[in-house]
Amino acid sequence: MQNLIIQMSTIVKRFYIGEPNELEVLHGIDLTVEKGEFLSIVGVSGSGKTTLMNIIGALDRATEGSYILNNTVIEEAEDEELSAIRNRQVGFVFQNFNLIPRTNALKNVELPMMYAGVNQRRRTERAKELLAMVGMEERMNHRPNELSGGEKQRVAIARAMANDPAIILADEPTGSLDSKTGRLVMDLFHQLNREQGKTIILITHNSELAGETGRILTMHDGLLFDEQEVTRHEPG
Amino acid sequence: MNLGENIRLAWEGLKANKMRALLTMLGIIIGISSVIGILTVGSGLSGSVTGSLSSLGAGNITIALQEREDEHPAMGPFGSLHNIDPTNLITDEMIGALSDRFGDAIVGVSLAEDAGSGQAKLEGRYANVSLVGVNTGYLDVNTIKLVKGRGFFNRDIEGMRNGVLVSDKLVNNLFGGDAASALGQELIVYLDDEILAFNIIGVYEYEVSPVMGLTTSSERDIYTSLYLPVTTAKKLGGAESGYTSFTITAAGSTDSIALATQAEDFMNRYYANNPDYRVTAMSMESLLESVNAVMGAISIALSLIAGISLVVGGIGVMNIMLVSVTERTREIGTRKALGATNSNIRGQFIVESMIICLIGGVIGIIFGAILGYIGSLLVGMVALPSLSSIALSVGFSLAIGIFFGYYPANKAALLDPIEALRYE
Ligand SMILES: Nc1ncnc2c1ncn2[C@@H]1O[C@H](COP(=O)(O)OP(=O)(O)O)[C@@H](O)[C@H]1O
Ligand SMILES: [Mg+2]
Repeated sequence: MQNLIIQMSTIVKRFYIGEPNELEVLHGIDLTVEKGEFLSIVGVSGSGKTTLMNIIGALDRATEGSYILNNTVIEEAEDEELSAIRNRQVGFVFQNFNLIPRTNALKNVELPMMYAGVNQRRRTERAKELLAMVGMEERMNHRPNELSGGEKQRVAIARAMANDPAIILADEPTGSLDSKTGRLVMDLFHQLNREQGKTIILITHNSELAGETGRILTMHDGLLFDEQEVTRHEPG
Repeated sequence: MNLGENIRLAWEGLKANKMRALLTMLGIIIGISSVIGILTVGSGLSGSVTGSLSSLGAGNITIALQEREDEHPAMGPFGSLHNIDPTNLITDEMIGALSDRFGDAIVGVSLAEDAGSGQAKLEGRYANVSLVGVNTGYLDVNTIKLVKGRGFFNRDIEGMRNGVLVSDKLVNNLFGGDAASALGQELIVYLDDEILAFNIIGVYEYEVSPVMGLTTSSERDIYTSLYLPVTTAKKLGGAESGYTSFTITAAGSTDSIALATQAEDFMNRYYANNPDYRVTAMSMESLLESVNAVMGAISIALSLIAGISLVVGGIGVMNIMLVSVTERTREIGTRKALGATNSNIRGQFIVESMIICLIGGVIGIIFGAILGYIGSLLVGMVALPSLSSIALSVGFSLAIGIFFGYYPANKAALLDPIEALRYE
């Protein structure tokens, strides 16, 4: 029990698009993740991976089912609590980086610490450490549009690490990168998982990268399967 | 949350879009600069009116008879009491008792008796005059400057002499401007029904009164006062042995408004049993106060009207903030994913809108100060915006920022993070 970070059972997500239509995207997901695990989720576009990731990261709520994230029962938590959870326990890494365009790399990394109420001096100190860790300390005064894709993603990973979260959620982090920079980003995840014991959930289309992780899950039409199960359900 | 950070972000946003920021601020700039300009011109105007009125004697108190059922005291050119029974008039004894009672608080007593008007003529030239009988204190109390000759002494008054003071304007018209040669000359004055002969003992400097200065007449037809001893004037006017009004000057250290009340009470003891008349006293200072109050009210009313443009400016700010929220939808989603609460987001946008308004307000204050400076130069009394009007403008700008920023900020705060992150 103690070492489980994610416990999801029968998670259903429906989107209401106009009164009569409701779109059920997740049909009942069961997922348990242990602390320190590095797992990947693969699956075709539109199968519901991002939707699941948003629920895991407490950015969205499930329509039905129960979800315990690091001992917090998410269905019972107030919005403010969810903000705090995203701020301190979860680090998001997006395919399109989502850096704040008007402000430099350093300030981008400081942002989650600012929302956590860390003082300015401490914030800058830690942001510089993190940028050094991802090899971006030289570029800390540059704005996102002055950085390459790989550089942006390294800044985004530094930002995800800002408040030392337990879990990193990376939604196709290499999807916009060439294979060489993608490799660099993947190496960073391995390093964070190995050296700092971060739980990492990686969504990817790249089966090679997925193969490097400890466990591969496949999303198929709003249902999640182990790799073995997929081969059983869909022969060929 | 972090105010400094919000200010920095807002500042960067504005720098990135300078032209748009300026256009957004325009309404605020125009509104604030007109408010500041109007208030500044208003204070210049009231300063210049106050200055003119004080030059008439800020410490003066006019004490006048008033009919009991009438609201207006018998003061100045509009208040003469017609057909008054002479037994009701203010007597020299009453005035003497008043001077004794208040002693040093009163530095001068001025009596004036209207003795009609006519034309002074000399060798075919003429000058219009109003005959005013005065006592020795009159010149001081009314700050009349002598340019040649002397004023009245007690012997002039007691002896009912026919020495008179004429204005330098009259000297211009009759004696070609040579005041020295006018002294000692005989002056013939034609009234409606009689012709009088006076002896010029002094020439005083004519000053346009702040009230009368507004009515224009040619130099030649101008009416100036001809001052003669009050006793002489009474003799001309008939048997009346008293006054309908007189003026006293309070010593500089005395509260003239309080003295006016006390003097009024003192004088009214003589009229306690008089069924028709009573006495009212009015100090120049309280007149000044009411003039200032009226001018203040007018400039506030005008600036409120100008303030309407601030509302228009505020709507402009709201519009641009709504555009800004839409443009930054993804950013808002990202911030929420990183742990920003709704109130963090709301605060960020409200601060931004306050900063737009504040900068607009500061620019407006600068423009308004320049406008007000020029405007107040034109009304004759240089003025700069008061600290209170600057503080008010700053406060008002911030309030507009909050008021018109709230709706867009709240819209940003309530965005669904999922929708915001999916926004293209
Ligand atoms: N906010 C939403 N409103 C309506 N439909 C949505 C929303 N988010 C996702 N969907 C739909 O849910 C399905 C799964 O989307 P998503 O989770 O983004 O898939 P994936 O990340 O696997 O490509 C898609 O059909 C998508 O159109
Ligand atoms: Mg996706």
